[in-house]
Amino acid sequence: MTDNARDIETLIELMARLPGLGPRSARRAVLHLIQKRAILMGPLAQAMQQVAATARECLNCGNIGTAEICEICRNEKRANGLICVVEDVADLWAMERGQSFSGRYHVLGGTLSALDSVGPEDLRIPRLVDRVASESITEVILALNATVDGQTTAHYIAEQLEGAGVSVTSLAQGVPIGGELDYLDDGTITAALQARKRF
Amino acid sequence: MIEWRDEGALLRVRRHGESAAIIEVFTAGHGRHAGVVRGGASRRIAPILQPGSQLDVTWKARLDTHLGHFVVEPIRSRAAVAMGGRLSLAGLNAITALLCFCLPEREAHPALYARSITMLDLLGHADAWPLAYLRWELALLEEMGFGLDLTCCAVTGSRDDLAYVSPRTGRAVSVAGAGAWADRLLPLPQCLLGQGPVAGPEIGEGLRMTGHFLRTRLAPALGERPLPPARQRLVELLSREG
Repeated sequence: MTDNARDIETLIELMARLPGLGPRSARRAVLHLIQKRAILMGPLAQAMQQVAATARECLNCGNIGTAEICEICRNEKRANGLICVVEDVADLWAMERGQSFSGRYHVLGGTLSALDSVGPEDLRIPRLVDRVASESITEVILALNATVDGQTTAHYIAEQLEGAGVSVTSLAQGVPIGGELDYLDDGTITAALQARKRF
Repeated sequence: MIEWRDEGALLRVRRHGESAAIIEVFTAGHGRHAGVVRGGASRRIAPILQPGSQLDVTWKARLDTHLGHFVVEPIRSRAAVAMGGRLSLAGLNAITALLCFCLPEREAHPALYARSITMLDLLGHADAWPLAYLRWELALLEEMGFGLDLTCCAVTGSRDDLAYVSPRTGRAVSVAGAGAWADRLLPLPQCLLGQGPVAGPEIGEGLRMTGHFLRTRLAPALGERPLPPARQRLVELLSREG
C-alpha cells in the first residue's frame, strides 16, 4: 500500500468509528468526500478543525457551544424563570427542534444508575440546585427519559429541590403523536391512562 | 446449538455496541442469566427492556460457556407502575440491585424467584409493600445461606418474649435470655413475629437488622463488595415516609 492509500485507509477507519457507520458505509462516505473534494471535503475539514478548536461545554448549563457561556444562557429573553432539565445535549437539541420551550436548560450529563455506579456527584445536580437559587427560577421542568434510571434521577432531583420554593414538573407520558394504540406497550398505555385529561 | 426457553424478570440492561444490549434476567429454571439481545437498543425493543419487566426469553448459544443471545417477548411491564411513585421506584431499584449483587450466575433459585416476582407485582401497593420487602430480604439471606433463626430463644429455648437477634449468630433472643447483653443485640421487630404494629419505625428496625447481616455476612462472602446504594436509598425513603 502506498503512503497516500494508507492515509485514505486511516480516514476510513476513523469514519467507521462514527455512530451509524460501519467499515463499508465509511468507505462509501470517504469515496464521496474525495469525489467532492472541493465543495465538500475541504469545507468539512475546515469546519471540523474549527469546531475541534472551539467547542466546549457551557459552564452554566452543560450545553455544547463555542464560548464559556452558551448562546441560550446569554439570551436575556430566555431568563423567564423556567429551567428544563435534560439528560444530555442530544435531548436539549431535540427540545430546541420542537421550538416550544422558551426558557433555559440544564444538562445533567447522564442519569443516576445504581447498577453502573453513577451517583449524584457524577452528574451536574449540585450545580442545578445552585442555579435554582441564583437565577430566580420559578419552575423546574424535568424532561428526563421515561426509563427507570431517568425517573429515579427525576425523583432524586425533586427531593433535592424540596424547600427551594420552586415548582417541579415533569413531561407527560403517553400516546405519541401519530401513535396507534395497538402498537403501544402496556406500560405506555398504563401511563397514558393515568395521565388522561378532560376532553 | 444449545437452546432453552423460560420466563423471567429483567434485572439489568447494558448497551452493547451501537444497537445491541446485554441483559441479565432472573428466571425460575436458570437463575440469573446474561445474554445479548440483538437490536436491544432499538426504538422497538428498548422500551421493553426496562428493569423489572417480565419477559419470555429464549436463549441460544453454540456452547454453554458462551454469553449467548436472547430473543425476548414482553409479558408485562412493571416500569409504568414503579415510575408512579418514588417509593415503588426505589423498591424496584433495590430489588434488582440486590439480586444482581447476590445471585451467582446460572444457578436456579426457584423459591427466591417466586418471592421476588410476588414482590415486583406488589410494587405500587404502598401499604403492604414495606413489610413484604423486609420479609423478602430475610428470604434472600436464607437463600444465600445466611438465614436467621427467629423461632426460639438461643439462650433459653423459649418461644415467648423474643425481642432481640444476636448480631453474631442471627438467632433470636428473648428478653429474659438477653439480660445485661440486651444493648449489644439487634432489636427484633415484633411485626416479623406476626405481632405488634407494622409502622415505619418497626420496618426501619427490621431493615437495620437485615442490613447488618447483608453487610457483615453476605457481602464479605461475595468478595467484600459494598452493598448496592439502591438499598440504602430505599431504607432512607422508608424511614422518611414511615
